[in-house]
Amino acid sequence: MNLTNRSKVVAKKELTLMESMYLPAIFKGMAITLSHLFKRKATIKYPEQTREIAPVYRGQHVLKRDEAGAERCTACGLCAVACPAEAITMEAAERNKGEESLYREEKYAKIYEINMLRCIFCGLCEEACPKEAIFLTDRIVPSSFTRGEEVFGKSILVEDVNERVDVTKRQTPDVLSFKQDKKHAHNQTFQDRLKQ
Amino acid sequence: MAKVTIDGIEIEVPDGTTILQAARMIGGDIVPPAMCYYSKLKTSGGYCRTCLVKVSKGSEKDPRPMPKPVASCRTTVMDGMEVLNITSPEVLEARAGVVEMLLLNHPLDCPVCDQAGECHLQDLAYEHGKAETRYEFPRREFEKIDIGEKIQLHMTRCIMCFRCVKVAEQITDGRVHGVINRGDAAEISTYIEQAIDNDFSGNVIDVCPVGALTDKTFRFKSRVWYTKPVDAHRDCPTCTGKVRLWYKGDDVARVTARKDTYGEAEEWICNSCRFDHKKTSDWVIEGPTKVDRHSVISSNHYENLRMLKASIDRQRESLPHGDKVNLGTGALDPNNEEK
Repeated sequence: MNLTNRSKVVAKKELTLMESMYLPAIFKGMAITLSHLFKRKATIKYPEQTREIAPVYRGQHVLKRDEAGAERCTACGLCAVACPAEAITMEAAERNKGEESLYREEKYAKIYEINMLRCIFCGLCEEACPKEAIFLTDRIVPSSFTRGEEVFGKSILVEDVNERVDVTKRQTPDVLSFKQDKKHAHNQTFQDRLKQ
Repeated sequence: MAKVTIDGIEIEVPDGTTILQAARMIGGDIVPPAMCYYSKLKTSGGYCRTCLVKVSKGSEKDPRPMPKPVASCRTTVMDGMEVLNITSPEVLEARAGVVEMLLLNHPLDCPVCDQAGECHLQDLAYEHGKAETRYEFPRREFEKIDIGEKIQLHMTRCIMCFRCVKVAEQITDGRVHGVINRGDAAEISTYIEQAIDNDFSGNVIDVCPVGALTDKTFRFKSRVWYTKPVDAHRDCPTCTGKVRLWYKGDDVARVTARKDTYGEAEEWICNSCRFDHKKTSDWVIEGPTKVDRHSVISSNHYENLRMLKASIDRQRESLPHGDKVNLGTGALDPNNEEK
């Protein structure tokens, strides 16, 4: 009894003379292979060459510092709760007196880790962030030989004070106007407002 | 006994019951929110005005409506009284104004605050308030004060609900903190930062509706929504020992009193249970806590107006005299909820 009608009886017919010589089939296959030598290459020689990517490409994350160089992240945990892949973990700590230039808020992320093997680069962390601290950038996540290396800590994620990561492309006009709107000025600290 | 109708739902309550208590007897969406009223504390209520309701009929004998919205926590019911809460657009608008006033001096540092996620003011602002503020002046700021070793007072976040003062008066012996100064300058304070060291002082943390009084042993340890609450008890010589443990992983991150539907502690717990017993072996675990209303731990917790309307419709259908209430136009219009 057949469960489906898809089963076929294998035909074992004798090979014809042409087929038993095999050579025509080999030449046909070689012709296809050789023709690809003259076609446009599908690959590029990364990292010497880089591919053109969209301005809003979502690559490796960056934890931003503010204008004064203080870390913006306050370890509120909203990125981690928004993350569908559960790639983000963090541990908060309290800012001590004298560390105001290092951390913007009274609480900061002592440990902040993103598991790049879990991350699906959806950008929801960026969307959830109330402090404009995390952004996805146009940098490609480097590959590595061990899984442990793919868990990025603060040493990789936080941007260097002298080598800022440009995220202006990701700040659309809507975002920028939202930032300038006085009604939404709660994103700023008290000192910021005095400066204005 | 007095018959009172709240949002079209009739209930008979003993004389002397307040409108808020009567609404809580009915339960559900028609219960006015309360920031300062605490059923376990005498003379609490009457400060925050979030429980405003409209009395459309004073009583059977004097059916005139009350001229202004009244604070339901301090107004007692009369026989035949008719009260409108969520069915009155006027009340919803007044409440939104109250929320805006409460938020005038409240810092929007929810990402930093340990109370975020179980903060009544956050819930209130989300449900009744507005996302924007019209206030452009600097908010008042205070230095953080340590009240004893385990409690921190962050006056900047205080909304002057007076609950902690009532706790100091009524639960603990020897009142050591209260309100100093008046009006806009009023602040909760201790006498020259005197330490609060009696056994039940930790309850001020539980009664605080915002993050002004926080547990220093839990400070910045975890966000509330990453902790898992379980009910537990222990044989405690000073209190009943019935508490709620908040687990982060395998560790007890903090211990609080058990809260009821309205965020009120069911039983006061002592400082020893709260601060010193943070091992699973100290406790007998009864089971996971059923989380609702005041927590983001349960999803879909914020109910929108469409759901409110559906719930009112359901309740009205189940009543014989349901047609009495005239639902206001606009405020409860399902198309209007995105505002």
